[in-house]
Amino acid sequence: MDLAFRDEIRELSGQDLGACYHCHKCTAGCPMAGSMQYGPAWIIRQVALGEAAEALGSRDIWLCSGCYTCATRCPNDIDVSAVIDALRQVALRRRVSAAERDALLFHRLFLGVVEQLGKSHEALMLGLFKLLSHTPIYQDMGAGAGLFLRGKVPLLPERPAGVSEVKQIFRRSL
Amino acid sequence: MSYSFYPGCSLHSTGLEYGRSTTAAFAQLGLELDELPEWNCCGASSAHVFSHTLALALPARNLRIAQEAGKDLVVACAACYNRLRAADRSMRSDPEMRKRVEEVVGFTYDHPIQVRPTLAVLAEDVGWEKVSGQIKRPLAGLKVVSYYGCLLVRPPEIAGFDNPNDPQVMPGLLRALGAQVMSWSNATDCCGAGLSLSRSDVVRELVGRLADRCLEAGAQAFVTACPLCQVNIEMRQSKPEKVPSFYFTELLGLALGLPEAEGWWGKHLIDPRPLLRSLSLAQ
Repeated sequence: MDLAFRDEIRELSGQDLGACYHCHKCTAGCPMAGSMQYGPAWIIRQVALGEAAEALGSRDIWLCSGCYTCATRCPNDIDVSAVIDALRQVALRRRVSAAERDALLFHRLFLGVVEQLGKSHEALMLGLFKLLSHTPIYQDMGAGAGLFLRGKVPLLPERPAGVSEVKQIFRRSL
Repeated sequence: MSYSFYPGCSLHSTGLEYGRSTTAAFAQLGLELDELPEWNCCGASSAHVFSHTLALALPARNLRIAQEAGKDLVVACAACYNRLRAADRSMRSDPEMRKRVEEVVGFTYDHPIQVRPTLAVLAEDVGWEKVSGQIKRPLAGLKVVSYYGCLLVRPPEIAGFDNPNDPQVMPGLLRALGAQVMSWSNATDCCGAGLSLSRSDVVRELVGRLADRCLEAGAQAFVTACPLCQVNIEMRQSKPEKVPSFYFTELLGLALGLPEAEGWWGKHLIDPRPLLRSLSLAQ
């Protein structure tokens, strides 16, 4: 029982996990629950019991789509999404390998591009994702070509704006 | 009326027709949208994976620019709206976090402006009666479901817009345009856009279910208010018969009789023209 872990998640998320009375409404409404190992209700329980390895190593924390259905439906006003975010941050700090490697890769690439350009740049991000992810290289080539032909993924980024300020925000926040 | 406008990254790329139709339809209704100068990405659904502060500070830099401009900030993308509102709400309600974000961004949030979704501006500052009065081409015979997705209405404390379970604003607009809005229970279900690249298998299931429910409701198309939902719905349908999807601003522009509308349909991954032609709404 890793109580330091429980307290760390409580501190980071600002959520009182003791308020949970296990109604499982969060799991019932979760669009990703069918693909998860435990579902959000069990994850909350694991945090409350200090079961760090289970929660941090689960694919569930990386499968969360950030839809806020759990947070909206919780009768005790627990922001479950904030707990999941806290778990991701602690998993990264403790260097627990992400059970959904490509989901984490996507977030890293997206933010990496934003840090450099101040804005997202689809062509660059999609190209890097294709190169580095475990998804088959041919997957989504058709859709990618379709977007390109419609002029929706310009190869050159827009004129960068406020990049030095954005870089400073990254430096000061992380 | 004049507003600051935050387009977000998508409206300059995968959501090109959303940006064009928003600007055109708003101008037609006498609403001026001034793009925020030097805006940056809001961090979308990725920044909060790494740092709560980063997830608030990235959008807060845009609030700083909007505050300097002194006008309400209107946002088209549901995800951007959510992040900008989260930053705004956090700084208004949590003095400690406000201080932190102000330090990171280098400003003082002392003259708060309102962050509003495009749909709220249409509903509150124009109203459906006035919109109906300007319709040149009623969308008669077009049966649609309104699809909000998540971030425009959830979590309600942040979004502060419409009903998170049974939203009414977009259906009201679509009825004013002459479309038939079909009743369904999935308007605020998640389409899984955030995992569209990394777990397309799961996302195909979610989008497939939405398309099935849309057809079961008797609709011919989705109407969206989010560029991430829109591209995901167009990319992740697996069945041979694909359900087209419109941005609500495209249907508004079409009904207002804007000639530019013809230029929007070709931007879609699922061509909506066969449906529009069957109703004599496109050439």
